[in-house]
Amino acid sequence: MVEMLKGIAASDGIAIAKAYMLIEPDMSFNKVTVEDSEGEVNRLADALSKATTELQAIREKAAESLGEEEAQVFDAHLMVLADPELVGSIESNVRDNKVNAEAALKEVTDMFISMFEGMEDNPYMQERAADIKDVTKRVMSHLLNVKLPNPSMINEEVIVVAHDLTPSDTAQLNRKYVKAFVTDIGGRTSHSAIMARSLEIPAIVGTKSITDTVVDGDMIIIDGLEGDVLVHPESSDVEKYNTKAQAFADQKAEWEKLKNEATVTADGKHIELAANIGTPKDLEGVKNNGGEAVGLYRTEFLYMDSPDFPTEDAQFEAYKAVLEGMNGKPVVVRTMDIGGDKELPYLTLPHEMNPFLGYRAIRICLAEPDMFRTQLRALLRASVFGPLRIMFPMIATLAEFRAAKALLLEEKAKLVSEGVAVSDEIQVGIMIEIPAAAVIADKFAKEVDFFSIGTNDLIQYTMASDRMNERVSYLYQPYNPSILRLIKNVIDASHAEGKWTGMCGEMAGDQTAVPLLMGLGLDEFSMSASSILKTRSLMKRLDTAKMTELAEKAINDCDTADEVVALVESYTK
Amino acid sequence: MEKREFHVVADTGIHARPATLLVQAASKYSSDINLEYKGKSVNLKSIMGVMSLGVGQGADVTITAEGADEADAIAGIEETMKKEGLAE
Repeated sequence: MVEMLKGIAASDGIAIAKAYMLIEPDMSFNKVTVEDSEGEVNRLADALSKATTELQAIREKAAESLGEEEAQVFDAHLMVLADPELVGSIESNVRDNKVNAEAALKEVTDMFISMFEGMEDNPYMQERAADIKDVTKRVMSHLLNVKLPNPSMINEEVIVVAHDLTPSDTAQLNRKYVKAFVTDIGGRTSHSAIMARSLEIPAIVGTKSITDTVVDGDMIIIDGLEGDVLVHPESSDVEKYNTKAQAFADQKAEWEKLKNEATVTADGKHIELAANIGTPKDLEGVKNNGGEAVGLYRTEFLYMDSPDFPTEDAQFEAYKAVLEGMNGKPVVVRTMDIGGDKELPYLTLPHEMNPFLGYRAIRICLAEPDMFRTQLRALLRASVFGPLRIMFPMIATLAEFRAAKALLLEEKAKLVSEGVAVSDEIQVGIMIEIPAAAVIADKFAKEVDFFSIGTNDLIQYTMASDRMNERVSYLYQPYNPSILRLIKNVIDASHAEGKWTGMCGEMAGDQTAVPLLMGLGLDEFSMSASSILKTRSLMKRLDTAKMTELAEKAINDCDTADEVVALVESYTK
Repeated sequence: MEKREFHVVADTGIHARPATLLVQAASKYSSDINLEYKGKSVNLKSIMGVMSLGVGQGADVTITAEGADEADAIAGIEETMKKEGLAE
């Protein structure tokens, strides 16, 4: 029987393949008394040896598909498995307490885990607790005879089905075989969705029940254009979707022709179409999709991928690589945006009730200026390699902007006096994501060189709606007239001072929002690289004067987001 | 029994990669090898034991080896320590 599920279309495209369930099996067990201790010790030895063989195979596979460096994490796991103290303690526990191997394994590893987790001044050791957990899970699975998913061992085309995907899950996936993702939870801005767009594979998130509907090996169809999942499709469905996939591939080929063209509207106005990137590696996608600039370089990945604060030189190399890689095209670098949902293992932040309203981004940078100065110096040194635009995130007040800019100027003066070359052409701007800053954009416009609107946060703060909370996700309304008015206020304020406004949130690549934003006079649109060509194709068909009329009507005449969507459709059909 | 004292100079102390290298070096020998620091002694072949000591930069540690290949073991570990710039 064909079953159909609806979710949120998170990444374009169509895939037809077998389901691969990336879910953990039930690993519960009872603690029981066992008189035959030697039998238990043998069971343990057997599980350890199977886990070792399995890990060695995973390690080899990882080295092959992800590289030697990524594979080294498994060396740490193998070392834990071979640890004489750990194994010895579990064996003594089995013998002394006359318990089953499962109970002894759990008791001993729990002790080590809590000991390592307790070393709060030592983030490296805290991470080792995660290694022990992983290894314990693997040994336990062999004791209980259940199958643990090993995504790195996938060797045929599959669609990954999961409750949610974490960054470490996606790091292990073999990109050659994974054709699509589908998850129970998440939204367009969750990690799995962003990852799918950067891999350019279709994804559907927030289906609520895909993991209850599908079992390993079921044939499924993912329509990432509509957000539809078909389970057990009939041959007629497969045929229909093959046709649709072909049509999508044809359209992509059509878009592909626009790769080396500038983005020009139907009436001849040029608009800058830029890409959002996380690492220098993402430049390849920017080039392949004809990006005209980098509108958002999220530098927090430099911090998140590093065991300690990245050094000035390490940061300099990354910024230089991006500026050089863009070959004279502008690059907007956002300074560190840690906090909210992004944590660093080596920076202990207090646990907060409302992390999105708490100690994050520029607030941390101004409170800990040494860390911030290191980043600013690296940026200043890199500024001679291309047109650099520095952007401060989470600015709420002018005082914050002035303080951040003062630190930048201090570091610049120091570098110059040290004889280091620094560009005089650096633009300094802010991210508009806090409604307070959007409201007094006219004041900011006198002091900044540019604005970039971060819509994901601007919408959640304006609507007072946590974007991670599915119960209030209906309030995430980019087309609500309230949001459009705030955006208009920011764009108009910048133009009155001869400055420019860009947008680097999800909304910039949203095909319904693009006509409205064009009409509001947005100067730069920055999005996932994979959305650029589609947007360029759309813009070529749109006339600026007509879109201005549309935007005015949306702001003045529409009461609700739904009315705005209907209005946009009437103008673009 | 062979015994040698070291003064740790690596700025990370004996954590992370250095700990891994020492455990790998020790595991090559059949002798019982221990690492002593601040009155606590752990098995140098156990990564968890070594890491749980929390040996930092500037620490003075003692390594002992007892068994058939004790002299080779101490020499081998000393070589690893120096080659990796861990201790002197």
